[in-house]
Amino acid sequence: MTRLSRAALAVWDFVVGDDWVVALGVAVAIAVTALVADSTVAAWWVLPVAVVALLLDSLRRAARR
Amino acid sequence: MSGQELGLAVAVFLACSVEAVEALTIVLAVGATRSWSSALSGVGAATAVLAALVAALGPALTALPIGVLRVAVGGLLLVFGLQWLRKAILRAAGLKAVHDEEAIFAEEAEAARAVALEQGAFDGYSFAVAFKGVLLEGLEVAFIVLTFGANQHHIGIAAAAAAVAVLLVVLAGVAARAPLARVPENTLKFAVGIMLTSFGTFWGAEGAGASWPGGDAALLVLIPGLAIFALATVAILRRGAADRSDVAEGAKA
Repeated sequence: MTRLSRAALAVWDFVVGDDWVVALGVAVAIAVTALVADSTVAAWWVLPVAVVALLLDSLRRAARR
Repeated sequence: MSGQELGLAVAVFLACSVEAVEALTIVLAVGATRSWSSALSGVGAATAVLAALVAALGPALTALPIGVLRVAVGGLLLVFGLQWLRKAILRAAGLKAVHDEEAIFAEEAEAARAVALEQGAFDGYSFAVAFKGVLLEGLEVAFIVLTFGANQHHIGIAAAAAAVAVLLVVLAGVAARAPLARVPENTLKFAVGIMLTSFGTFWGAEGAGASWPGGDAALLVLIPGLAIFALATVAILRRGAADRSDVAEGAKA
């Protein structure tokens, strides 16, 4: 493994941690918030709902292990 | 001091306290078993690297447009906060081992004794272990100081809260001359996870263009709401674990 790939892996591990699904879910939820905010519908509720869903899903997968 | 600034200071203080306790255990282990001077040199070097990182990246972050900053910082804080909260919930529910500073101290001290020590010479092992321990634990704090501080344009408040936390932990460590095993680390991590996740949700949504009902006051609903949800999750997971253990015992009998 090269020094660059080790550094990239360390950054990934530091930011994303041990559950990449949560990181992906957060990125998708923010994108959805931006899309809803561009419409006439209120968008503030998207992230809280996503947080609850992502946390429950992550905990469910961790508890099964 | 506004509510958001107070929240910033509390979150940074708690996060920094937890990380400082973990770094202190590593430094105490190599310092007590090998070389205090080399271990403290490692601490100094790591602190200088962290300070340089905050000093270099802080102004760069604050120069970003507030919308871009909020969505980036909100997203990162949310990912970070959910990691902290998930681990804290699993630990509180008994599904993940709780951080045991005394066990970690014993493990680090045993590893340190196993490496040959040249008397009087600069001890590279103590330096490297202390440097790595402080740098790795400190990076999380530097990240929180930078993101929280830059987003509210108060890196000074964030850095001061971090410095006070480190000072208190070091003083407590010097007084105890032992790892701070009685610090309720998981409770602190639980609180930090809730703060990071709440602020991440708030700023992430604002950065993406959403408007919160009530403005900043929405945080007064988000923080306790998430705390109640997390505590309820712990209770449900604990009950599930207890039920599984009853079934396993019943099967054995």
